[in-house]
Amino acid sequence: MAPLLAMSGIKKHFAGVPALRGASLEISPGEVHALIGQNGAGKSTLIKILTGLYRRDDGDIEFAGEPSHLTSPREAQNAGIATIYQELNLVPLRSVSENVVMGQEPRTLGVLINWPEAHRRTREILSRFGIDIDVTAPLGSYSTAIQQLVAIARAVSMDAKLVIMDEPTSSLDSSEVEILFGVVRELKASGVSVLYVSHFLDELFQICDRVTIMRDGLTVGCTNIADTTKLDLIAGMLGRNAEEIAAEGQTELAGGNSAFDEVVLDVDNVATGPRLTDFSMTLHRGEIVGLGGLLGSGRTEAARSIFGLDHLSSGSMHLEGKSFNPSEPADAIRARIGFLTEDRKEEGIIPDMSVRENLTLALLPALRKNGQIDLEKEKALVAEFIKKLGIKTAHMDQPIRELSGGNQQKVLLARWLATKPDILILDEPTRGVDVGAKREIQAIIRRFVDDGHAVILISSEFEELVEGANRIVVMHEGRAVSELTNPGITENALVKALAHHEEAAT
Amino acid sequence: MTSLITDEPMRTDFTRRLKQNGGLIALGIIILFNIIVTPNFLQAQTLAVNISQVATIAIVAMGMTLVIATGGIDLSVGAVMALSGALAPLIFQSEFGTAYPALGLVAALLFPLAAAFLCGLFNGTIVAVLKVQPIIATLILFISGRGIAQVLTNGNLQTFSNPEFSYLGTGKILGFPFQGWLALVIACLLFWLVNRTIFGRYLLAVGGNERAAKLSGGPVRKVKIGAYVLCSVLSGLAGLIVVAINSASDAARNGNLMELDAIAAAVVGGALLQGGKAPIFGAILGAVIIQLVKYTLLANGVEDEVALIAKAAIILAAVYIQQARKE
Repeated sequence: MAPLLAMSGIKKHFAGVPALRGASLEISPGEVHALIGQNGAGKSTLIKILTGLYRRDDGDIEFAGEPSHLTSPREAQNAGIATIYQELNLVPLRSVSENVVMGQEPRTLGVLINWPEAHRRTREILSRFGIDIDVTAPLGSYSTAIQQLVAIARAVSMDAKLVIMDEPTSSLDSSEVEILFGVVRELKASGVSVLYVSHFLDELFQICDRVTIMRDGLTVGCTNIADTTKLDLIAGMLGRNAEEIAAEGQTELAGGNSAFDEVVLDVDNVATGPRLTDFSMTLHRGEIVGLGGLLGSGRTEAARSIFGLDHLSSGSMHLEGKSFNPSEPADAIRARIGFLTEDRKEEGIIPDMSVRENLTLALLPALRKNGQIDLEKEKALVAEFIKKLGIKTAHMDQPIRELSGGNQQKVLLARWLATKPDILILDEPTRGVDVGAKREIQAIIRRFVDDGHAVILISSEFEELVEGANRIVVMHEGRAVSELTNPGITENALVKALAHHEEAAT
Repeated sequence: MTSLITDEPMRTDFTRRLKQNGGLIALGIIILFNIIVTPNFLQAQTLAVNISQVATIAIVAMGMTLVIATGGIDLSVGAVMALSGALAPLIFQSEFGTAYPALGLVAALLFPLAAAFLCGLFNGTIVAVLKVQPIIATLILFISGRGIAQVLTNGNLQTFSNPEFSYLGTGKILGFPFQGWLALVIACLLFWLVNRTIFGRYLLAVGGNERAAKLSGGPVRKVKIGAYVLCSVLSGLAGLIVVAINSASDAARNGNLMELDAIAAAVVGGALLQGGKAPIFGAILGAVIIQLVKYTLLANGVEDEVALIAKAAIILAAVYIQQARKE
């Protein structure tokens, strides 16, 4: 069968720096095709060229049998290429119907929008994906998953031949992911191709047919997903060999001794609101305690309560034996706690500020000298961390937004390490980060703990929790419900512990 | 460079430079235009007049820049000018002020600034603590501030003769107006504040990403209130200068439409309305451009109303350049 899309020899430079050095991508009709690679491998550049956002320097693109020279996302949309971005470009305050039919509203008398028809059409499109919701309600009143599905529905309603999904599951919980997968299968069945970009390799094996691997601006491989393994994919992205990685374990978190007697933090029956009703845990020096649970189980809220972001309505906390009740982050920081938040873009980086300014943001009070910032000290400190954590940046005054996700995350980690914390709370520290940086970040966390500090780790990646955590506190609907202790935790055991409480609740 | 990439980078480099130095280029064009068209433009007298006029816009624009850096806006600057300008003559012409002229003069400087300080505290608290949209929060004083000033003066024009106080607006150092020097000193202080102090760093962080700043322990409320207070105090100072220039205080006219000039100057100077940037000397550049455009039109006999349209065009151009710069 002739491919729907064939890109070959694509080259692109930015101010003389090559981003793509000869990338290719081929997608068949009705195929779910995965595109993977570390951050900076050129995935997004390739997609932006495909959708007309960037102009290629060299190379050929054929779409639906014809040479393609798209120059804007709108042209791409008209040609049948729809993109579902990580940040949804929908209007949350308007109704579901309005969002779906936007730009192609059915009309009566040529001027008035025919709302009954619009609602009917929207319901029909959504029902194809097994979604039955009130289409007249504002889109923002539904979960992210539903909003994402509406975005897909909108794309399909415009007769898309190719739907590009960029990290579609990063903000979904497991049941929502299932719904999304159902939609992807439905698209496939109706002959629509899907280009699926994701850092979650497990997902690819569930829904993709083929996978294209990119590294350093080049396409380094394209195989049937059935003929490959997760290890092979990681090896391909890193440019290393699979056996080597297998011998080292999949994460860099494992290790550490098991004699913990010095309690650093003690949390007793803490509640802050409806989403955190009864949370208890103890944290020892030299220990990683994982918080396990599904999305919405109260993991993040537990972290927020310890960091002084949500105030306690009941319960108590003790830090090194002393009563501890922070009323704002500054209190927690003074008590030597750091909190690496989940949402790097919204709660982490200050995009226009430099690497240097971002890195020292939590440390500013300690840099005061004669009423101003001690720039000498600041620069020395930043240089030290850039070297120690291997942060890839042109210079310390480069705006942080120009760095790759993994390097941004390292800067944020450095922001907290620089404050010399005793306790680090890490909420999804390796989400949206490429495989190489992920392992480096994990190694940094391990070193930090081995130096006698303590970590509270929230992660949706079970292997991180299972290999890294000394104990896992399992959470469900705002409560800490059980605790698993390493050695002896397996992914199965963790899944069982989570599932058990799911069942018990229903 | 290889032949593949010679063309594009050079062009983008040129357009980028054009966008980043748009203000300076515009200034150059206006000056060139005036040299050719406006009679007697290259006279010391013209320079002095323009400096004495631009100082007030610049001083308020610098304060506005701080507020805009937090992602806010302050509509009350003109009203605060009127209020502080109304208070000063009331104080030095009072019985106390005439009995003890020296003390009266000090009080006539300090009390209006203290009143401006309170206005800033009020704005900042409503924005930072009650979380009201800045444009609405500062609308309160925008409306009531001038009203209070007019009530205080019974709506009368207060004229006075007080050479010591008038020095603020008519004094000269090395041949240049005192308020020009004052604006320059303030600019240096604010530049230092923004770029070298912890407050400045937090100010830009709050505007750049408020949640991230808070999560990093930044005192978001204090920083925001600080910005509004500084903006108000600087506006109060500008109000005093205007009164000093005129030797008269007219609560109905002092600082009228200043909020627009100040916002325009800040934006022309490179402040981003979404926050995170505080180009202090940019604000001065913006103020100079606005003042020169006004002067050019006035000196060539163009109507005031037309001048307003010209001002609008400048803002439009500045916003356009900002948008282009983001890409």
